[in-house]
Amino acid sequence: MSTLLGDVVTRLFTDRVSKELIESAEKGAWPAALWREIEEGGLTMPLVPEARGGAGGTWLDAYAVIHAAGRHAVPLPVAETILAGWLLSRAGLDVPEGPLTIAPVHLDERVRLTPVGSRWRLDGTATRVPWGRDAGHVVVVAPSDAGTVIGLVAGNGATVITDRNLALEPRDTLTWSDAEAVAAATDLPADVAWRYGALVRAAQMAGGLESLLAQSVRYATERKQFGKAIGSFQVIQQNLALLAGHTAAAGMAAAHAFRCAERGDAWFDIAVAKTRVGEAAGLGAGIAHQTHGAIGFTYEHSLHFTTRRLWSWRAEFGGEGWWAAELGRSVARDGAEALWPKLTAR
Amino acid sequence: MATFRFALNELPPEAEGLRAEVREFLRREVSGHGAKGRSDSWSRWDPEFSRKMGARGWIGMTWPKQYGGHEKSALERYVVLEEMLSAGAPVSFHWIADRQSGPLLLRFGTEVQRQRFLPAIARGELAFAIGMSEPDSGSDLASIRTRAEKVDGGYRVNGTKVWTSNAHRSQFLIALFRTRVVPDKKHEGLSQFLVDTKTPGITINPIIDLTGEHHFNEVVFQDAFVPEDMRVGEEGNGWRQVSTELAYERSGPERYLSSFALLRAAIADASKEPGERAAVTIGHLVAEMATLRQMSLSVAGMLQAGENPNLEAAVVKDVGTTFEQEVPEALHALLGLEPRIDTGSDLGQALGFVMQKAPSFSLRGGTREILRGIIARGLGLR
Repeated sequence: MSTLLGDVVTRLFTDRVSKELIESAEKGAWPAALWREIEEGGLTMPLVPEARGGAGGTWLDAYAVIHAAGRHAVPLPVAETILAGWLLSRAGLDVPEGPLTIAPVHLDERVRLTPVGSRWRLDGTATRVPWGRDAGHVVVVAPSDAGTVIGLVAGNGATVITDRNLALEPRDTLTWSDAEAVAAATDLPADVAWRYGALVRAAQMAGGLESLLAQSVRYATERKQFGKAIGSFQVIQQNLALLAGHTAAAGMAAAHAFRCAERGDAWFDIAVAKTRVGEAAGLGAGIAHQTHGAIGFTYEHSLHFTTRRLWSWRAEFGGEGWWAAELGRSVARDGAEALWPKLTAR
Repeated sequence: MATFRFALNELPPEAEGLRAEVREFLRREVSGHGAKGRSDSWSRWDPEFSRKMGARGWIGMTWPKQYGGHEKSALERYVVLEEMLSAGAPVSFHWIADRQSGPLLLRFGTEVQRQRFLPAIARGELAFAIGMSEPDSGSDLASIRTRAEKVDGGYRVNGTKVWTSNAHRSQFLIALFRTRVVPDKKHEGLSQFLVDTKTPGITINPIIDLTGEHHFNEVVFQDAFVPEDMRVGEEGNGWRQVSTELAYERSGPERYLSSFALLRAAIADASKEPGERAAVTIGHLVAEMATLRQMSLSVAGMLQAGENPNLEAAVVKDVGTTFEQEVPEALHALLGLEPRIDTGSDLGQALGFVMQKAPSFSLRGGTREILRGIIARGLGLR
């Protein structure tokens, strides 16, 4: 199913996500028509069971959509909505229509969900919430003694201080004071938002790297210097082959982590993916810009739609240094002889 | 632009069952070797070990039973390879024959050649070397000049091969010779031959590597006679055959596991609660290795499906050997440990061993520059 789905989303994004659309989103416009098409195409709920109005798909279906959204720099909370829908489903809550986001997105931030009769109240502040101002609803994650509580609160229940990341995607501070919510306790890990946030960013970045490779190869075959296409020079060929290697590695690491998410505990594979893809993002952005020369440094050219996203996404939900340290500690704790059996069991 | 086809691959249950069996075998056969010994897996010559593997049915696994093979899948073979290499087993004796020479004979050899050589290879009794490079022909392999002139009943060979690993202790080598000189068409007129290393007119001279070890040789042919029935494939078909052979050579797990024993020793050396720098280094290297295993498995899946993963194999080898070379550099930066030859700690010796071997990782089986050229061609740049 995920291959077919990949074709569908690629066609939709290729047709609809133009340079003009991304530029207008960067100025603050919400691309409502595109959102409607994505939502009506059933692309926002791959991880929501059919009984709850979703597509009842797998994490690999989610990968196909999120990867394509990254590849096309879709200026919408596609990944966040998919993740939020999954969290709600795991909590046995209904998934509302419209764009969703998740909060908090930092490990050290906590919000409070308090049961009041059959309802819940939400208090607290979350910073850098992706698309906070645009979300129809926010899915909040609050660790508690009874397990990890997943709550749903209307987007207009928060006061919003707007901000943005390098790619001019909204990253807002939301504050709730005695806001009305529905919620339920789950057996999900306390760091579920952070962990799966890292997973979806890895897929977006893997898609972004494919875009960088395609743009760079195209430019190298079109741009002529010294009387020939610059891609005919060995040094450019070597650089682009290196970019291709990082792109392939990133795609493999991200896809494998999604497969592991489908099987169960994917912490190890998410740590691998966020580390490896994050490293590829920095190196890949460097090669893509070097290949494009000065024109790629202009706002006029579209290369930066991807590179600015990669520079932000690799830091969100833990940079590669943070995840590498966690992964290294985990491997050392398990002992050297456990590593190979662990790798072959994935 | 061509797209790379790195699809997720999953090993079948029978391959996982086999894994347990291989691990049990390795626990008995390879335990006790230190990190330095285990770093030296596919250049360690151990005919007895190869015979034990042959008896287990782990050489020539995918070949037809009529030629001594076992008709297993390429993925089952992959599991045996990755377990052998990750354990640091001494697989050098049968490695080339199992990986390249056997498959080549199976595909292009005569029935007589298959009957004569394949069962002995599968039993782990027959070692092969590869005669490709020459003093003036390295990356530009098609420029080779060693001549095989047609004479009565066979060919008379004159010329020199170099970097011929294990020629001094292998019974046979499969060599690429020029049977016809076609002006301005260097890829034509090449043919492959089975050559008995004891043939009169062949002199094998050692080439000592920078560690002082003898793996490489120079093989000199002076009017050496090779019988007609030892030609592999049609006369003039050599370039196509060699290209097929190089795909086998580039796609296996040996292209990312060369430094694994060193990495494992460094992890063992770190405490259960490593400091921040050690944790970041280990995590970074493990992330790369875990990703490479999935990439390598993906290529194995393509081979099993009968596809031609030349491009993907080049990517895995390029990324894989870069990782193999990064391991000793990253551990040097982290540990500040003096690399040693045969004194001091086992970790220091493993570091010294891998550090000195590392330059060869991105040379053997096609240099990094050649591989990136292949990738660039795949991208449509040339």
